[in-house]
Formats: sequence, structure tokens, C-alpha cells
Amino acid sequence: MPEAPRKIRVQCVINGKAASLEVYPMARLLDVLREQAGMTGTKEGCGEGECGACSIEMDGVLVNSCLVPALQAEGTVIRTIEGIADAGQLSAVQQAFLVHGGAQCGICTPGMILAAVSLLSRNAQPTESEIREALSGNLCRCTGYTKIFESVVEACRQQGLGK
Amino acid sequence: MRSYVPQYRMATPRNLADALERMAREPGAWRPFAGGTDLMVLLEAGKLPHRQFLSIWKLPELRGIEVTPTHVTLGALTTYSEVRRLEVLAREFPLLCRAAAETGSIATQNRGTLGGNIANASPAADSPPALLVYDAELELVSTRGARWAAFHGFWTGYKKLEMRDDELIRRIRLPRNKSGWTQFYRKVGTRRAQAISKVCLAGAALRESGNIADVRIALGSVAPIVLRAVATEQVLREGKQLTPAVVRAAERALAHEIAPIDDIRSTARYRLGVAQNLLLEFCEVLAN
Repeated sequence: MPEAPRKIRVQCVINGKAASLEVYPMARLLDVLREQAGMTGTKEGCGEGECGACSIEMDGVLVNSCLVPALQAEGTVIRTIEGIADAGQLSAVQQAFLVHGGAQCGICTPGMILAAVSLLSRNAQPTESEIREALSGNLCRCTGYTKIFESVVEACRQQGLGK
Repeated sequence: MRSYVPQYRMATPRNLADALERMAREPGAWRPFAGGTDLMVLLEAGKLPHRQFLSIWKLPELRGIEVTPTHVTLGALTTYSEVRRLEVLAREFPLLCRAAAETGSIATQNRGTLGGNIANASPAADSPPALLVYDAELELVSTRGARWAAFHGFWTGYKKLEMRDDELIRRIRLPRNKSGWTQFYRKVGTRRAQAISKVCLAGAALRESGNIADVRIALGSVAPIVLRAVATEQVLREGKQLTPAVVRAAERALAHEIAPIDDIRSTARYRLGVAQNLLLEFCEVLAN
């Protein structure tokens, strides 16, 4: 018979700060981030890896936090939307979303920004099709995507200008 | 409805030997859990009946790539993102890279693994058609030792695997003998990104002085398993030339050996039509 379920302790780094969390091993990292680490910027959309609203960076790669069991966060370095601005200074991507109307209702926005930031961190000069592909796992039901796409194009341009 | 998470146990084995010992001690009690892109979806839907998992995600013994003169061998935990980045695969096994690029989103590709795609045994999986075309072999390990098995025949029915409860897929090996072959991969889904396939066809053929000397064809989403279309292959191999009569015979053979169904993603009728059209497209590519 399986033993009675019990919580485990998971140590990780969230937005630059060491965190020690008591979690059920298969709790969704999404819930742990929102409810235990206070990172409510990460949103839940579909809860099944289709919409990208819960996108975060884990050890430098983009993941859907609804599909990560909390146990697998052990020893990882996590970045959520709260960790994207640098000391109150918006990142180029965030700034571009503001200027170009890349956000409307805002539910998809943290995931969109994480997907865009993740793209720019591995590819500073993406082509238009690379941008489209990088955003294809993030669904938005407001903007029609054009303004989001334009925001990311602008962020690339700003970044290219050394901003 | 969502599963009740406290009911689930997950442990992290110290290393591969530790994982295999646990699986041998209580056969069937522990199931491997890699990137979670399939299992967490079931958990969320309240459809994950098994309750105990071993997180194998961090086991280095299941990672890495080895290139020898005869084979490219990939650790079972090779992610789709890694597949897309490997030059030797882009050069010699482009269908696998294509399949990886068409699997889910980038976030999914960062966590989904080849071994997981095989173990999960979805008939709609994207990498298995390519793996079948490339005559992939699987290394299965347990405390009793290691064995290699052909991937063709490894799935025996819907979600049924030729694998014991105490075994893990450790590596996937691709023989480096298809580089001169003409290769084709096309996945048809509702949208270009992030869709699960309605029909997917991978094909490769060796042409010698205008004749079809050898051919492999595999399809997803048209049967309880991803299927090697051996009867269709035989028609093309025996026909040698892609005459209209041979192509028509191949289409008939394909219709006979696939078994598409109506489900939430498509209909049997549409799938049959698309499967035949993809076969035609493959034949056109071969003819040019």
C-alpha cells in the first residue's frame, strides 16, 4: 500500500531570492508560485499546457508552470513576471507592450512577456517568423495578436539600439 | 474534475540504479515521470489513475547524445528542443527535427522528451512516425540488464507496450543509413502551432536509377498505434516505378491497413482522405 501522502520541502530560487517551500510533490508549480510564493502575476488559463498563460522560466528555459510538478522545482532557478523588471525599471519587452498596446485584459500578458523575453535571451535578432513561432504557444483572446507581435518587434529594435 | 493532489506520491531516485531497484522491488508500483507534458494534463483532468511516480527528469544516465559511424544514439530524456538543435539530426534525420518542431509549443518542447513520447504511446504522437521511418531501436534497462528492441512492433495495441513493469527506456538509437533517401513529413492539424494531429505521415525512400529500391512509411492518428504502413510500402517496393497504377494500388493498400476513427479532432472519413492525399504528396515528391 502506498504510504500516506505527505508534503516535502523544496528549495529553489524564485526571482533571485532563495525559497523553501513545503509542498505536495505533485502540486502544480503554478499553484505553489501563486499561493505559497505570492507570485500571483503568473496566471492560469487552460491548466493543460495549451495556452501559455502560466509560462515561467525554469533554469533559463520557458516552461508551462501548470505542467511542472512542485518536486521538480527542487534546486532550480525560477523567473516569473515579477522578476522581469530590473529594480523597478521595465524591461524592453514590457515597455514595448505598454507603448504598443500589447496588453488588453492582461491574463495572457505575463506569459506573452515571458515567452518574448525567453526568445530574446536566446536570439537577440529574431526574424518575424521566429517571433511568431516563439509566441505561438501563448493564446490571447483580446488583441488579435497583431499588437503583441508589434510590441515584440519593437522590443527587438530597442534592444538592438542598445537600450 | 481536477485530481486531489495529496493522493499522489512522487520520489526522486538518486541515480538510474536506484530507480531500477525501486521498480524491480515493487513491479508496477512506480511509474516513470519525465517532463510531465502528458501526465500533468491527465492529473489536471482527474484522469491519472496511477498514484506513485519516480521523477526521472534529472537522471544523467538517460540524457546525452552519442554519435558513432553507424548510429546516432539519444538519451530517452532528450527534449524536442534538444532534437531541434542537434546538427547531426538536422543533416541526417530531418524528419525527427520536423516532428520536434511541430510538437506543441516551445514551452512543451523544452519539457517533452522522446522517451516520454514513446512510453506515453499516443497514436497521435508526432515523433514516432519519424522514428519508425528511421528504423529506431530502443534500449530497455532493468536490474536484469539491458536489451535493444526495434521500435517497430514495440507498440502492440492502444497504449500497449512490449515492455515489462520494471523496465525503463534508456536510449533511442537511429542507424545512420537513410541520408541518401528522399524524406517527407507532414502533419495535418487544426492550426499550425500547438495542435494535435488529425493525420501525420512520415516517409522515406531510396531511389536507384529511377526505381524505388526501398521505402518506409509511417502514419499517426489513423490507428490505435502509430503505424508502419508495411503493405503500402510493399506495393511501392514491388511496383518499383511510380506509375499511376502503382500509386493507385498503394492508395488502396493504405486504405486497407489504416483504421481511422471519428473522435473529437476529426472523422474517420476525413482522416482516410487526408492519409491518401499525404501518400500522394509523398509519391509526387519522390517522382520529382
